[in-house]
Amino acid sequence: MHEMGLMQALLDTVRGSAEQHGITRVKKIRLVVGEMTMAQPHSLQFAFGVLSQEPLFQGAVLEIEARPLVATCKECGGSFSPGRDYCFICPGCQGQGVEITSGRELFVDYYEGDAE
Amino acid sequence: MGSPLLGVNQLLAQRNRAAFARSGALVLNLMSSPGSGKTTILERTIEQLAGRVRLAVIEGDLYTDQDARRIEGKGAAVVQINTQGACHLDADMVWEAWQQLAERQPQVLFIENVGNLVCPAEFDLGEAARVAVMSVTEGNDKPTKYPLLFRQASVVLLNKVDLLGYTDFSLERFRDDVGRINPRALVFELSARTGEGLAPWCQWLEEQVLARSEEDELHGRAGP
Repeated sequence: MHEMGLMQALLDTVRGSAEQHGITRVKKIRLVVGEMTMAQPHSLQFAFGVLSQEPLFQGAVLEIEARPLVATCKECGGSFSPGRDYCFICPGCQGQGVEITSGRELFVDYYEGDAE
Repeated sequence: MGSPLLGVNQLLAQRNRAAFARSGALVLNLMSSPGSGKTTILERTIEQLAGRVRLAVIEGDLYTDQDARRIEGKGAAVVQINTQGACHLDADMVWEAWQQLAERQPQVLFIENVGNLVCPAEFDLGEAARVAVMSVTEGNDKPTKYPLLFRQASVVLLNKVDLLGYTDFSLERFRDDVGRINPRALVFELSARTGEGLAPWCQWLEEQVLARSEEDELHGRAGP
């Protein structure tokens, strides 16, 4: 539902940077989306299609890199995948102090384009 | 580039967090699906704590002020935010609302988010803790379907336990699911309608307020 807002933020970010660097046509944007974010790749692509109508983004492709969910135990330091059960108890030492170290990403990795 | 898409909201949330810390208010962000009973829980909680704890509420709703009107007159200062269709509150909206509440020097500020288990989970409002609310009638699958919201919560409230006998809801499975997704979450099982289980939750709130005011004295921060 909020993917439109996220996409607006993405396009604003890229537009601002493109202006700064004299880029007039963006060809590709690479976005990193963690598995445990509430941003659905399908909805992001849809929002991109709707919102990228201006000449700067004509023909641009949105690539989405998914990052898997990984947790790290603060007690024994071991890393593990919480899996589809979302089990955040360390399988090594049963520790409950567990940090998400991958899977919460939501950022523009890079974009490519042409200058005048 | 590495530009986070929620970067602007993050910055504004940090501004809120600093302002809340200066004021000494304990700020709780309540999130749930529509109809889980957030407003009723707040009404009953305010009734329990009124006169002992200074309370304030920011009510998030798409278009109406029905919830704010319910809270008014219960003994808490309340500000309504209408998101005009947006599915969540963001840090900037909360900042605006806080400007109207700061002078009341609340000890606890409840932010009732828009009823939605998806989008609000991504937006930091500067709160000290998140409270996930779910109710027995929604069924057992909510924590496993919306793990982010339950993972990020410090407190989980299970409401409508008075209806357990009328549903297939399994308390054991609920405790299991929450215990796996978020083993350190504090869980309160209650019924805002009958008042069952409300006391431990209210007691927890009072303890948090007390701990904060003792800390303030320790650090010589000026009380109200």
